[in-house]
Order: sequence, then structure tokens, then C-alpha cells
Amino acid sequence: MTMCSASTWEGNEMSLLQVEAINVCYGLSKVLHDVSLKIETGELVALVGRNGVGKSTTMRAIMGITPPASGKILWKGQPITRRPSHLNARAGLGYVPEERRIFGSLTVWENLDVARLPPREGLEPWTEDRVFALFPDLERFRNRPGGLLSGGQQQMLTIARTLMGNPELILLDEPSEGVAPLIVAQIGEKIRELRDAGVSIIMAEQNLDFVLNLSDRCYVLEKGVVVYHGTAAELRDNKDVQNRYLHI
Amino acid sequence: MTSRPQLIFLACLFLALLAVPFLGSRYLTELAVQVMIFSLLALSLNILVGHIGLVSFGHAAFFAIGGYATAFFLTRWQLPLAAAMPMAVLLAAAFALVIGVLCVRLKAIYFAMLTLAFSMLVWGIIIKWKPVTGGDDGFVGITLPGMLASPQSFYWFVLAVVGASTALMWLLSKSTMGQIFVAIRENETRASFLGVNVRQMQLIGFVLAALFAAIAGSLMAMYLRGMYPQSAFWTQSGHIVISVLLGGVHSFVGPILGASLLYLLEVTIHQYTQYWPLVMGLILLLVVLVLPEGLIELFRKLYARLGRK
Repeated sequence: MTMCSASTWEGNEMSLLQVEAINVCYGLSKVLHDVSLKIETGELVALVGRNGVGKSTTMRAIMGITPPASGKILWKGQPITRRPSHLNARAGLGYVPEERRIFGSLTVWENLDVARLPPREGLEPWTEDRVFALFPDLERFRNRPGGLLSGGQQQMLTIARTLMGNPELILLDEPSEGVAPLIVAQIGEKIRELRDAGVSIIMAEQNLDFVLNLSDRCYVLEKGVVVYHGTAAELRDNKDVQNRYLHI
Repeated sequence: MTSRPQLIFLACLFLALLAVPFLGSRYLTELAVQVMIFSLLALSLNILVGHIGLVSFGHAAFFAIGGYATAFFLTRWQLPLAAAMPMAVLLAAAFALVIGVLCVRLKAIYFAMLTLAFSMLVWGIIIKWKPVTGGDDGFVGITLPGMLASPQSFYWFVLAVVGASTALMWLLSKSTMGQIFVAIRENETRASFLGVNVRQMQLIGFVLAALFAAIAGSLMAMYLRGMYPQSAFWTQSGHIVISVLLGGVHSFVGPILGASLLYLLEVTIHQYTQYWPLVMGLILLLVVLVLPEGLIELFRKLYARLGRK
């Protein structure tokens, strides 16, 4: 088992995103303890762990929604700790929240329109057409209010909406949560397509099979602490870590 | 509510208003002018309440600033209307920019209270600054350009200005900015992590709402040939809020219904009793209990039933 420590990343090589020993508190209770992680361009990194271990909080901290009390977050080597989330979005971070948080009274098309940001150099820009090509279901319902979509469609819409901001890195929170197994497989397929298109992804998940099939590297969280870090293949073989931290 | 029935409603309303001067009743023409002005005022507040989700209790301040400034520029500076009215509207927008910067940082009730405080400050200045505003007595005796002197021509002018303003607000509500306003109303955090600068958009909405309120104020000053301090008083702001709630906030045309009904009832009931506020209270109670979505709900049900046949 590899313990995470800042020392492994010393040197001058610059990651796409680097999180260095962040601590996050909700009121008086501390929910993240010195969490560190990093992701390189083109990687798909997973945060795994049971419910309530701090996966979502880590993402919210990176995005600037729940800023850390201490620690550092670097985006392409520049500090973005505690920067407002709209500036992070404009800088190329895309956040897909859990529980399919779409705008219920806006139509599918309007949901996408609201999230539109200028194209980014070096990345093929996302347009409605390209998003609809990835999610054909959404095109059929483009004029339907988001609130009337099925759970799986809403999940697709939250991802599609984030793509309209032309993100370089997507923070994907529990994409398989609360959707039917068949849809989970579909969503997994879409995530793979996105990674193949060159988008870097950090994904929080409880569904271990889903994670092991998709990700390059995994961080295991337990009670707000990173307790294990390794490649997906290493985690697959490490039954000890799986039993201790991931199985219910 | 979807766009189509609302557009049909607006078109019918416009056609009906085109016919009003030909009915030959001076009373009806004047009533229609006032209803149009109050509808415009309610529509302007709904940019904030219905679209962005900010309830302002000081909206009358911008109505008053628009009215007083128009009166002042037309009468004291003898400016032509084509200069006086835009200047008055821009002045109100400038005030809104300064007041808005301070207000939009606050949430819900604190926002409401601060807007109320600023509007009472505006009222206080109007009362005290006699040389410019006429103080308690109001600004009396506006000189209107000759071409607007007759009630008929003034009616066409008001219809044109209110019609154009309504069209602009409709386009705004259908634009990307309008969708972003709704996104903010639904969830600020969500809008923010999609790259929306929430405070900035709220400020833009605040200024736009003030701008259209100032147009209404400007028209009112010209209609009354004067402007009075009550126009900035908190009861006036409350009146606009009630119009919007009565009509229904989550539609475009709701505030027109609310403002029209409230004003027509006020005029009618005043002929029978001085206890208008009592009646207004009862109406409000009824709306909250029976039609919490506002009068628009009646139309929605009617439309749904017609659609089913």
C-alpha cells in the first residue's frame, strides 16, 4: 500500500491540476484532512470510497464552491485556491455535480445555452451539434423542460451542459449514482469517448467495477484522508484495500 | 408558461389597445394610459422578482427618479422630449448601478430591506430638496411638447413606448441572458460553477429593471403633468410587488394581469368606499390561498382546457 505524500511529486514537472494537503471544514467539523492528489493531461483519475468520505467535498474544494481552509490547489502550476467558481469554470475546469442538478424550468437547449463559454485553444470546440452527436437522446428532447427528463437523461444533460463550457478537465461527481444499470453502462461508454477526445477527467465514484473499467489511476478516500493511491490495475489486485475501504 | 399562448395574449392585448381611442370615451382612454404605465412598472420589477429571483421593496425609487428627472429636464432646462426622457432614464440607471452594487451582495430579506432603505432615502431627498423637486407639494406644471398635448396623441405615444418596452423585455426574457437569469433564480451555485458571474448578472438585471421602471415614471410624470413624492414612498413599492404577485411571477404576462386588475379594482372600489386597502387585503388573501401562482394560473387552466378539446 502506497501512502500519499507530497514528496513523491517534488521536482519541477507541472501537472494539469495539483492538490496539495488541503483541509476543508463545514462549520466546526473538519471533513478533509491534508488531501493531496494530482492529474496529468489526458488522464482519467478516480476518487473512490464509501458514502461520505469526502469525495464530493474534494471536488467542491477544487471548483471553489467549498474553499479549503488550508492547503494549495494549482491549475497548470498557478494557484487557484479559493478562487470563485465562475473564474475556475472560465479557466477550463468543468464540474458535473452529483444527483443530476440541472435547471428544471429551462429546456434542454436552454440548459446548454446557459453554460456556453468561449472555445479553448488546442481543443475542438463543443457546439450543440457535437454535444447532441454524443448524446442523441438529448437532441430528441431539446425543447423539453429539464425537469421532465428521466434520471439517466438528466445525468447526460449535466455532463452535456458542462461540455458547453469547453473544459480541459472535468470533475465528474458520482456519474453512476441512482441511474439504471443499463444507463450506467451507457454513461461509462460516454465517459470513455470523452477521454478518447482528449478531455482529462477526475471522477468520484462508489461503484468499484465502473471505476476499475474506466480509470487510469485511483485514490481511495476514507474519513477525509487519502489512504491509498495506485493504478487501476494495482487496485484491482489489492483485495486488502478493497475489503478494508471499499466493500460495504 | 410556454411562449405561444403568452404571445397570443400580448398580440390580442395590443390590438385591443389600438382600438381604445376610437371608442370615443376620454375616461377610458385615460384609464388605459394609467393601466399601461402600471403594467410596464410591474413588468420591470418582474425582471428581478420573476426572472432573477430577487424581491426588491424599493423599486418605486427608480419610477420616481425617472419621473422627477423627466419633469426637471423638460421644464427647468427646457430640453426637447427626445433628450429629456433618455437622460432621465439613464440617470435612473446610473442610480441603480450604484445602489445595485451595494444591494446584490445580500440575499433574500436583506436585499429587500436594503432596497427599501435606499428607496426611502430617495424619498427623503425628494421631500427635502425643494428647489429641484418641489418638496412636499410635488413638481407641478410640466410643459409637454405641443405634439403630445392632446389626450389622443399622448395615448399613442404611451402605447408606442410601453409596447416597445414590453417587446424588448420579452426578447430579453427569451435571450441567453434571460435564461441565465432563470438559472440564477433556480440555483446560484449551479450557475456559478458553469462560469456565470452571479453578482454581475444580478447587477445587470437590477439596472435593466430600474431602466424600465424609469420609463414608466417618465410617462407618469408627463401624464400627470407633475410628479409627487408618494411615487417614491414604500407603499408605491409595495403596490408594485403586489401587482407582480397577484398576476404571477413565473410567466411574462402575469404582471400585466396583476397590475391591470389591481388598478382597475382600486379605481372602481374607490367610487364606493374609502376602505380600498381592506378590499386589497382580502384580494391578496384570496390569491395567496386559492391561486398561489397568481392570476396567470386561471389562464393556464383555461388554455389547457381549450387545448384538450
